[in-house]
Amino acid sequence: MRGLALRLLGSLPALVAVVIVTFILTRVLPGDTATYFAGPTASAESIAQIKAALGLDRPLPEQFWNYTKALVRGDLGMSLTTGQPVLKDLLARLPASAELTLAGLLIAMGIAIPLGILAAVKQGSLWDHACRIIVTAGVSLPVFFTGLLLVYVFYFLLGWSPAPVGRLDAFATAPPTWTGFYLIDAAIAGDWETWRGAFAQLILPAVTLGLFALAPIARITRASMLAVLGAEFIRTARASGLSSRTVILTYALRNALLPVVTTLGMVFSFLLGANVLVEKVFAWPGIGSYAVEALIASDGAPVQGFVLTMAILYVLLNLTIDLVNRALDPRARQA
Amino acid sequence: MKRRDVLKAVAAAPALTAPALAPSSAAAQGAPTRNETLLLVQEYGPNSLDMQGIGSSQPVNGVALNCYDRLVKFKQVRVDDVTTSFDINALEGELAESWQDASDGTSTTFKIRADARFHSGRPVTARDVKWSMDRAVSIGGFATTQMNAGSLEKPEQFVALDEKTFRLDYLRRDKLSMPNLAVTIPFVFDSELAIRNSGGDVWAKDYLKNNIAGGGAFRVEAWRPGTETIYIRNDDWKNGTLPKLRRVIARDIPSPSTRRALIERGDADISYGLPPKDFSDLAAAGRVRVSAVPVPNAIWYVALNSANPPFNNVKLRQAVAWAIPYEQIMQASLFGRGVPMWGGPSTPAQLTWPVPFPYSSNIARARALMAESGVAPFSTSLVLDAGTATIAEPMAVLVKEALAQIGITVELNKIPGANFRGELNKKTAPMVINRFGGWLDWPDYFFFWNYHGNNSIFNVAAYQNPAMDRLIDAARFAPNAPAYAEAVRGFLELGMQDVPFIPIAQPFHDVAMQRNIGGYQFWPCREPDFRLLTKG
Repeated sequence: MRGLALRLLGSLPALVAVVIVTFILTRVLPGDTATYFAGPTASAESIAQIKAALGLDRPLPEQFWNYTKALVRGDLGMSLTTGQPVLKDLLARLPASAELTLAGLLIAMGIAIPLGILAAVKQGSLWDHACRIIVTAGVSLPVFFTGLLLVYVFYFLLGWSPAPVGRLDAFATAPPTWTGFYLIDAAIAGDWETWRGAFAQLILPAVTLGLFALAPIARITRASMLAVLGAEFIRTARASGLSSRTVILTYALRNALLPVVTTLGMVFSFLLGANVLVEKVFAWPGIGSYAVEALIASDGAPVQGFVLTMAILYVLLNLTIDLVNRALDPRARQA
Repeated sequence: MKRRDVLKAVAAAPALTAPALAPSSAAAQGAPTRNETLLLVQEYGPNSLDMQGIGSSQPVNGVALNCYDRLVKFKQVRVDDVTTSFDINALEGELAESWQDASDGTSTTFKIRADARFHSGRPVTARDVKWSMDRAVSIGGFATTQMNAGSLEKPEQFVALDEKTFRLDYLRRDKLSMPNLAVTIPFVFDSELAIRNSGGDVWAKDYLKNNIAGGGAFRVEAWRPGTETIYIRNDDWKNGTLPKLRRVIARDIPSPSTRRALIERGDADISYGLPPKDFSDLAAAGRVRVSAVPVPNAIWYVALNSANPPFNNVKLRQAVAWAIPYEQIMQASLFGRGVPMWGGPSTPAQLTWPVPFPYSSNIARARALMAESGVAPFSTSLVLDAGTATIAEPMAVLVKEALAQIGITVELNKIPGANFRGELNKKTAPMVINRFGGWLDWPDYFFFWNYHGNNSIFNVAAYQNPAMDRLIDAARFAPNAPAYAEAVRGFLELGMQDVPFIPIAQPFHDVAMQRNIGGYQFWPCREPDFRLLTKG
């Protein structure tokens, strides 16, 4: 417990650094927020008015002081692109991204881990080559391409998938918010029609993401399994006459999982922010596309809010991974 | 999954809802059916519900158009069997039942409809009109600039004579004053509701950004910025024919490919804003209806910085104008979705804007002018907006290739939206590809923004010429038609001669819709008018 608290404390300097760096970056980057939002027929006065309203005419240290003060109150500022408080936007969009990313990750895990194990156990076999091909295809096909291809085939040509218009069909109603995850909220409300609708909308974008995330997970599983399978304790286990199933799943896999879990954590946090293109193609209201749109418009507050959220998530995620690793590996518990 | 046939009434608490709903008869009629509901897909939605507010994005015009009323509107003019456009010189009443110009021409007095009510149920009064106009000229930003364009500048110009009578006093004689009342900016707020919720702010900016306080034909049922905006009909609307549509869902779909798939599969009723290539394919395939309106007053152009060398040399600018590969640009960048603005006579065929310039692709002539100009071969850069790159980039590449033939080496400089405006404001870019069109379709209006020495942000070419300024000012405040015609002819000819801007084409405003959608109306603000659309 004490170790946990210490670890959390230890991540504070990193968060402070993130706050400072994003503040400076959004100020230093070229692009003039006021000019952009002054609209097409802006005069010099109207640009100046917007600058003053946003506090962008003050010296940088004063701006930073105001920003920090607001941050302590939990105020992340206003987004000019959506016209709403950043915190509200992020809270509304984070569950959308998280639901999509988790679904994508589950799909990727469901395929990549068995594939990685098979490839390692039957090294050089057809399975191994299939694994290599799938993995190479997964990383080399850009997500927007896979996304568009899936939309074209399963929505446009076959009509199996619903219209890619976001988290729910335009004529459906969102379930009452508990977690922000539509599948969970709809289940809580017992609204199975909405659940099915949300599930159907989720399939294509989640598969797109899953295909992309396959590669690192499958590669790490394979490599880590190979290393463990070559270890002496496995030879001993085999020599003792244990069944190959027990050797692989009970002894080898458990030991091979450590690097896999670490990779999963990294892939998850990476996907959460990086699935912008999937969000664009499927009109998914997530935080990745939110941050990118804000960046294009030189809208600082959402970008800062996004980076800060990601940093906090990353810290929490690393913590979770450590905890899982401790559960898996007795050595980590003693450390 | 099969789409539901029967709509559910929206039960979830939406992120933002219009308050103070008038008791509506919609409940008695039951929830709107799929046939009374329109699904529109667009690239991005409104970032505010207040078009007068600073920093409002283009789609906010649609909110102003459908949820608020103005005193007057432009008269509708049928273009073809799909589209209705407007006559900017003919006005009809919206909130105003009638109006009368003073005999000396210094003011106009409006009578407000007796039965005009806000969503709150309160009758519309002249005080509300005055408060809204005062707000538009005082709030700053785009709203105030637009009002000023029609010489509507000071709160003293707006007088509430009694409950239902409103007078507009003119500062000067300006033909744009009355038409400027029909654009989306001077719409009328429920001032009592706005002031009550203003939280001390004199113009209730925060409240009106998130709430509708008006009396228009639609209310905002739900607004989820970045996802969707849902409009529901105000069944008690009396300022026009009651809309056929009872509910409109406007979804934000960023990817153009997805928008195209939605309209082709028949899942979306209307698709706004597709790249010209997609529109051209859709129009050719003929499965959906495509409305094509040449955007009034607008052109794609190449601007040459005439304040700095080397393009301060008029012969050089003419050489560039003769070198541009117009026909190729029309095919490869606009896919034919535009009106050619080249190959015209040397004096303007009509006194309108835009009008074809006398240039066309003629490399021999361009080389001769280049030699005459005395400018040695040089390198320069061409700036374009990344936000319009689907059209501007192929255009820029073709310009680059063509100019290489006359000894000008061009480097392309693609700049993201936020920086592009800043770049225009600096007025240092040697060459810029851009698009501009004014809401008020007069030649002098375009020239005032783009060619006048007051150097607005749109004078991208940084063009300065006192003779030009005199002609533009003469046209803006011309006492009679012949004087106006003479001034317009003057500045059009000077523009063709000096070519700080090389017009390429007048773009189409393209909208794709299903075959069962009718009543498409094009207004200067280019946003869809749900009041007139029909389905089925």
